[in-house]
Amino acid sequence: MPEQLLFAMEVTLNGLMAGVMYSLVALGFVLIFKASGIFNYAQGVMALFAALTLVGIMDGQVPFSHLINAIFGTEVHNFGWHVPAFLAILLTMVVMVGFAWAVNRFVLRHLVNQEPIILFMATIGLAYFLEGFGDLMWGSDIKKLDVGLPQGINTAIDDVTFNLLGYGFFIDNLDIVATVIAIILVTLLVLFSQYTKQGRALRAVADDHQAALSVGISLNMIWVLVWSIAGFVALVAGIMWGAKSGVQFSLSLIALKALPVLMLGGFTSIPGAIVGGLIIGVGEKLFEFIVGPMVGGATENWFAYVLALLFLVFRPQGLFGEKIIERV
Amino acid sequence: MLDDTSDGYITTDGRRIGGVLMEMRNITLRFGGVVAIKDISFDIREGEIRAIIGPNGAGKSSMLNVISGFYHPQEGEVLFEGKPRPPMKPYQVARQGIARTFQNIALFNGMSVLDNVMTGRLTKMNAGLLAQGLWYGKAEREETENRIKAERVIDFLEIQHIRKTPVGRLPYGLKKRVELARALVAEPRLLLLDEPMAGMNVEEKEDMSRFILDVNDEFGTTIALIEHDMGVVMDLSDRVVVMDYGKKIGDGPPDEVRANQDVIDAYLGVAHD
Ligand SMILES: Nc1ncnc2c1ncn2[C@@H]1O[C@H](COP(=O)(O)OP(=O)(O)O)[C@@H](O)[C@H]1O
Ligand SMILES: [Mg+2]
Repeated sequence: MPEQLLFAMEVTLNGLMAGVMYSLVALGFVLIFKASGIFNYAQGVMALFAALTLVGIMDGQVPFSHLINAIFGTEVHNFGWHVPAFLAILLTMVVMVGFAWAVNRFVLRHLVNQEPIILFMATIGLAYFLEGFGDLMWGSDIKKLDVGLPQGINTAIDDVTFNLLGYGFFIDNLDIVATVIAIILVTLLVLFSQYTKQGRALRAVADDHQAALSVGISLNMIWVLVWSIAGFVALVAGIMWGAKSGVQFSLSLIALKALPVLMLGGFTSIPGAIVGGLIIGVGEKLFEFIVGPMVGGATENWFAYVLALLFLVFRPQGLFGEKIIERV
Repeated sequence: MLDDTSDGYITTDGRRIGGVLMEMRNITLRFGGVVAIKDISFDIREGEIRAIIGPNGAGKSSMLNVISGFYHPQEGEVLFEGKPRPPMKPYQVARQGIARTFQNIALFNGMSVLDNVMTGRLTKMNAGLLAQGLWYGKAEREETENRIKAERVIDFLEIQHIRKTPVGRLPYGLKKRVELARALVAEPRLLLLDEPMAGMNVEEKEDMSRFILDVNDEFGTTIALIEHDMGVVMDLSDRVVVMDYGKKIGDGPPDEVRANQDVIDAYLGVAHD
């Protein structure tokens, strides 16, 4: 096989794996948007907050220690214990469900029937609040997250492809794990929404609020549920990105990667988010590989947005959305 | 209707009507300056087909929305099964066994007819998430039972041929029927229908009338329905409440109500002072 083609295959593979993660982040947006018409600007900060909380719990950090020390003149920082990753992830999930409940109770419930732009503004406020709250709770220094995920180049794949094709593929173990977990999570989400009572209720709410109420569905319950799921998705994304490049503010920017995915896939389509993520993942890697060298590289920074822009112009309803024709 | 005692009456066609299931006492509902309902009282009896009629804007839908918890009256009391009902959210009312349809149809347009009907069973499902995930025990029994009930209602309302069709693609008349199926499958104690025949052609209206009578007859379901058209109501209902400009201007069996001068005036559009 020609060398260029082998390179391209490797690039595609890496792109697919990055794409699955984009899909996962985009799904967090889609769920909330479908169920409540809210574009949740805070999704990225939720991932950061989840990762911060996870690290904090694992390392036995005392939450709000700065505040406590400032007020009481104490010097507490650590409980002096270490919580196993599995338990810490569970506890973090409890915190995220609590967050979902609080958002619903203290913010969204008071904004029922408001314009989408108002709800959007509310989530911007929420994002900044959560960012500050996370800092206050866990401190703002960069943290290392190690939940025991394998890192480094996968030697088995390197060996096998080298023997088979004469060229060893460089695939990162962490990427493989992230991909597998993302695939499992996406599958679970789809099964949940298709085959459980809560999933059916969620689809009902997404389709028509009035009708959902009339068959006995509590909108508040569903909203806490979708925000909890979004919190879970944020946690998984936070773990993956955090393990790769540490837990710091830039982690919250992964949400920006989900935007072009949403424009491609449509804001309300679960399959759209999945396929959109894959297209962007593969697209940006291949584009960088083929066109990058001609234009001096760094195309990954803008490729996804330009692609999304083209979609906005030529197919604004996204890949799977139905064409909207205004009735006059 | 012969005597209106507390334990019911016998209809002219020999059906037994029971005690009071739902009672509205001195209900007043305002929207800003608009008084949609003005101090109205009436009751709905077990097993009865109760109609609310009146010209457009009379406050009929508002009354149905009060019963189903979508609107909350400023004054008055709602009694269900003899007990005063605290202000409730619509989903809580639904869980009490009050199902409804809407004047402007509220269906899940992205779902198939069968899925729409299945949502009517959501309140009847109690299995935990884990059991559902493993499709085990209670979850399996519930889902099977719900499916059987849904199919039975679908057969009953003669919509088998469109079971798998996305509801959004159906013509208006069939949508109305699907909405009725979704309400019916919940096996409600009280079924509220807001203009079930509006916008239908003659044939569809006849079908719908037959279904409403059959539902009441076969399942003994208590039905409160809103109609615009006097003629339809007269054949269908046991007792009629007539509303005009938010006020109750008549209440009784169809013949009596039809002879009522206020009602005649309202329908002939006599000027209000
Ligand atoms: N949600 C609402 N907000 C404001 N006014 C309303 C609302 N619902 C009904 N109304 C008003 O209450 C009155 C009665 O309306 P409605 O109950 O829909 O009448 P009907 O069903 O008999 O045609 C109308 O004047 C209508 O404009
Ligand atoms: Mg009406």
